[in-house]
Amino acid sequence: MTLAGTWRLRHQRYQLQGEICEKCGSLIFPPRDVCPECEAPAKTPYTFSGRGEVYSYTTVYHPPAGFEEDAPYTVALVRLEEGPMVTAQLTDVDADQVEIGMPVEMVTRRISAEGEEGVITYGYKFRPVLRRARE
Amino acid sequence: MRDVAIIGIGQTKVGEHWDLGLRHLALEALQAAMKDAGVERVDGLYVGNMLSGELTGQEHLGALIADFAGLRGVEAVKIEAACGSGAAALRMGYVAVAGGLADVVLVVGVEKMTDYLGPKVTAALAMAADADYEASQGVSFVALNALLMRRYMHEFGYRKEDFAPFAVNAHANGMNNPYAMFHINVTPESYARAAMIADPVNLLDSSPVCDGAAAVVLAPVELARQLPHPVVRIAASAIGTDTVAIHDRRDPLTLEGAALSVHRAYQQAGVRPEDIDLFELHDAFSIMAALSLEAAGFAEKGKGVQMALDGEITLHGRVPIATMGGLKARGHPVGATGVYQIVEVVQQLRGEAGANQVPNARIGMAQNIGGSGATVITHILERVE
Repeated sequence: MTLAGTWRLRHQRYQLQGEICEKCGSLIFPPRDVCPECEAPAKTPYTFSGRGEVYSYTTVYHPPAGFEEDAPYTVALVRLEEGPMVTAQLTDVDADQVEIGMPVEMVTRRISAEGEEGVITYGYKFRPVLRRARE
Repeated sequence: MRDVAIIGIGQTKVGEHWDLGLRHLALEALQAAMKDAGVERVDGLYVGNMLSGELTGQEHLGALIADFAGLRGVEAVKIEAACGSGAAALRMGYVAVAGGLADVVLVVGVEKMTDYLGPKVTAALAMAADADYEASQGVSFVALNALLMRRYMHEFGYRKEDFAPFAVNAHANGMNNPYAMFHINVTPESYARAAMIADPVNLLDSSPVCDGAAAVVLAPVELARQLPHPVVRIAASAIGTDTVAIHDRRDPLTLEGAALSVHRAYQQAGVRPEDIDLFELHDAFSIMAALSLEAAGFAEKGKGVQMALDGEITLHGRVPIATMGGLKARGHPVGATGVYQIVEVVQQLRGEAGANQVPNARIGMAQNIGGSGATVITHILERVE
């Protein structure tokens, strides 16, 4: 991903900013500027809570180029509490601890890096919702 | 519109062709198809390919392959629709002949994937997914299918081993196809032992990285009637689309693009699912085979795997699939696959499928899928009596 490409996506990567359709009220992530439900223009920003649950998950043992250092890692489809689904890595959890339906929350993490001196890309991952310490 | 026939077919063996480059693979397939058709000139060349830019450093395949094949000067373009590129190229050739803009056209699907090691190829294939919101998260294509397979097992209560019949059937059929990449016997036991790639997708759920090319020659049916082969007509050609990203779909376990594509095809051909004698589907992964059977109306939602367990997908079953090995055993040279499927359906309808011949096959369907279901191209072929 180029510098400019990463910059264009900063509101999505760092704060899960999507859109709300002023006509039908649909909440949209990722943003697409045209409401998928009613096809009206939908450019009003809406920031998602970052909470959701695991819809499905898997562990990647054979990663694409750029992700070799992180493998194996767990990726998931996360159903946000507002409705839309997001594809993201899970973090702070072992693969064998993950279950469908597990509550998760967004955190900002390093997603990929272009070698020792290249650009580091940050973005969203999801982790299990933390219980209060020593409850 | 004119009725269009497939008058020639050709293919290379699928495999790791260290000795053949992209253009040589394409040449071998298209020369075989032209010889089979008995034609020396064509009015146009449509090349299906997905990854030549990324894995060969070569775009501009239309002119390149036309020139290399001694067809310099003809209309020639490359068509790309991810893993659906082959059938997309066929569709464009069909449009040209059906519309009367050309009489004889050549369609070749070609892919060269084995010059690079795993991570580079894995990243290249992931370009069929949403770059900003899927591939950017480190999701491979295998992983996307694993996400679907795990959810499918969760919703419909299947066990991992229930998916074995897809691999067992594909490899049993691949044994008798000299052009198939693999000639190995797969049993439920070997399926259970196969290495995990992205849990729950194992090696025997997945189509291989490989090289290959396949080609067909199209012409109006009137011209086909003057040739020695049985006449095989394109009764339907239809594309349906869906969101590129799985997370954008209303229900990830319903291939809406496939349903659109296949129902348009049924309507064009004037047939129903029960009229289809064989179905070359896009079994890039076992889960895709199950979802495709459901989208095409052969099984209810959640019953695609049960259909395989009941033995309905074998050569003698209700809906034979992967009759020459499918993507799993013949192989999946991505941009060539859609044309391989068509070549194999023509073999079946001509009665040239040897030990794998589906008895009295008259109507065959081929379905080629780009990405995880975003572009779905269905063709129905019919033997004209």
